Amino acid sequence: MRRIVMAVLTVVIGTLFGLLVSTTAQADSGPPQAPAAVPAESGSQVQAASNRISGTLKAGTTPVEGVKITVKGPDGTEVGTATTDATGKWAVEVTDIGKYEVEIDVATLPEGIALAEGTQNPRTVEFAPGETFKAALFNLTGGEAAPTVSAKSPFLQALISGIRFGLILAVASIGLSMVFGTTGFSNFAHGELLTLGAFAAYVLNVTLGIQLILATVIALVLCGLIGGYAQDRLLWGPLRKRGTGVIAMMIISIGLALAVRYIFLVVFEGNTLNFRDYQGGRSWDLGPVTLAPKDLVIVIIALVFLVATVLVLNKTRMGKATRAVSDNPALASASGIDVDQVIRLVWIVGAVLAGLAGILYSAREGVKWDMGGSGLLLLMFAGVVLGGLGTTYGAIFGSLIVGLLIELSALVIPVSMKNVGALAVMIIILLVRPDGLFGRRERIG
Amino acid sequence: MDIVSILSNAVTQAVGPLAIVYCLAAIGLNLHFGYTGLLNFGQAGFAAIGAYGLGIAVKTLGLNLWLSLLVGIAAAVVLALLLGIPTLRLRADYLSIATIAAAEILRLVVRNSELSKVTGGSNGLNGYGRDFDKLNPFNNATYGFGQITFSRADFFIMIVGWIVVAIFSLLIWALIRSPWGRTLKGIREDEDAVRALGKNVYAFKMQSLIIGGVIGAFAGFIFALATSIQPDNYGTELTFFVYTVLLLGGAARIFGPILGAIIFWAALSLTDGILRGLVDEKIITFLSTSQVGQVRYVLVGVALMLLMIFRPQGILGDKREIAITAR
Repeated sequence: MRRIVMAVLTVVIGTLFGLLVSTTAQADSGPPQAPAAVPAESGSQVQAASNRISGTLKAGTTPVEGVKITVKGPDGTEVGTATTDATGKWAVEVTDIGKYEVEIDVATLPEGIALAEGTQNPRTVEFAPGETFKAALFNLTGGEAAPTVSAKSPFLQALISGIRFGLILAVASIGLSMVFGTTGFSNFAHGELLTLGAFAAYVLNVTLGIQLILATVIALVLCGLIGGYAQDRLLWGPLRKRGTGVIAMMIISIGLALAVRYIFLVVFEGNTLNFRDYQGGRSWDLGPVTLAPKDLVIVIIALVFLVATVLVLNKTRMGKATRAVSDNPALASASGIDVDQVIRLVWIVGAVLAGLAGILYSAREGVKWDMGGSGLLLLMFAGVVLGGLGTTYGAIFGSLIVGLLIELSALVIPVSMKNVGALAVMIIILLVRPDGLFGRRERIG
Repeated sequence: MDIVSILSNAVTQAVGPLAIVYCLAAIGLNLHFGYTGLLNFGQAGFAAIGAYGLGIAVKTLGLNLWLSLLVGIAAAVVLALLLGIPTLRLRADYLSIATIAAAEILRLVVRNSELSKVTGGSNGLNGYGRDFDKLNPFNNATYGFGQITFSRADFFIMIVGWIVVAIFSLLIWALIRSPWGRTLKGIREDEDAVRALGKNVYAFKMQSLIIGGVIGAFAGFIFALATSIQPDNYGTELTFFVYTVLLLGGAARIFGPILGAIIFWAALSLTDGILRGLVDEKIITFLSTSQVGQVRYVLVGVALMLLMIFRPQGILGDKREIAITAR
């Protein structure tokens, strides 16, 4: 068994590195590399790693080109300069962790464009160990102003955002909940399935030029194959056979999440990337609220998939088998259900749904290497816990509540803290009703 | 490729301030996870509250270093109580989700711009270490030999840090030898059996959470004094890396966290140096130097998986002593 797992891991890692090689080979022919930094001889003792400071310079929505940016190292010497390109992007590579001063050369700003009041120049950016990427943002004024969509009713607008986000979370967290229900472990690598789906769609859509809808379909197939079937077949299946405990599995999933997350960072770098299709566009003015057509499509797609999942679980033999395994694997096995096959199916369905959620999320927010793992994962957990770990309906309703809570709470608390409410509710639910709103008593330990 | 400088870099990293931070956080976690079987995924939160407690006490309250350290410790105790009173009754995996969420809440709150007068927002805090610098008895610019050199400030923090590590390791050793420690191990093995013997399992778990959390806060102190306080340093990844350190060295072993931290940082530095060398020599052409730093964390993740699959007891541990079965 040991050998199988080892061989499997080698294959997985090999494939991932293969992927990495092919993608970076393409990246090399891309835009010119940022000027490399002068290696600092007497750098910080703490860590020597290559890091990148970058940003996008925009005045309103207009990218600002040809602005010179200078980066000074911890000891005050210049370590690199960069000039913004046609899209306003710039990047400087630095070697050590520590503090850097990023200064924008105001003289190179185009006419009519100036630093916004209160913008720090130079700005300090500090790299901590483990960080390889930092953004330095400057606010400029004078460009074309961003089209301000002023909702006449902030409450209704937040309600719509909340429903949209809640539905995306619901699609995302079904897999998390079903995997927990059938195998009993909390999969900390579930967020990476969202990122996988989003990046697969990104590569198909932007690199290969396939229309986004077709790209989504292909990406979902890939998600099911790699993220669902292969992941369970090669990693979790063998581990289950070995009798690995659920806590060990949880820690293994953390390792997997870290590895996959950083592979995404290596391959796609730290920027937020956008799909080619359905960007921008006008919103409909519906009286008290405005609604982008894209949002409506996102909501419809999410609803269709949610309804389909619920129907499949309720009406088909396989769905019934899944619920039986969730209920009691040993009993299900004794009554002739192939538990392993059911679990594999759960993985495939969960991965496809997670991938879809990742694509729906990034159709608005863009794709980023840590989008699934660092932010959304805990929100999914919040939704799943709220509804009751292991129950599918619970996951759906819990996620909806979390989505609404997050967007509505942003009306009263600072936007940067809007996730706090959802996480706090999760902790409270764990305390007063650990089996969630839809769970059953016996799940408590 | 300069082998000597790669090796000396690795040594520098293995004993440097960051290794101490990870080591201390892992010592605290060892008491939680290794000895008591508590799946605390919020160790980053304890480090954060220590660091911020220190920083805020100096900068906002204007206290001196010693009082500020006490504030940090007190804050960690309060956090442990707040977290522990409700969550310690939960099952292991629920506890992990609750603690990871609590640590995230803490990070989101301190990096929030509304609090930037106190916490510095997303820029964090600095300039609170003057009292500590004044205590520095070392006067030369650098210390060390050959290519292994440390600045005066780093050298001081290292001496202090390793002394703190030694003190806490001794403390844990003494505690675990005592009847109290044996009860903790009993809780790890079979909570119900210990309860049946008339012990207050909840109280023991709480004491373990507090002591381990305070040690985590000391990790935050060293982190804060070695560099500056950055909210994003205390994300979930810090906790995950500390788990890697602990599982690498061996959970439920006194020397596990120390060995783990040293090897973790040496390995990170070695892979960085070697990969960078290979990139410079054009042997590896598919990576740029900026990607090398990131590839190392891929390897950390893979290492954590392999460790947990093939050797959950780590280097020093005993497989029978690892609390990885579900309860």
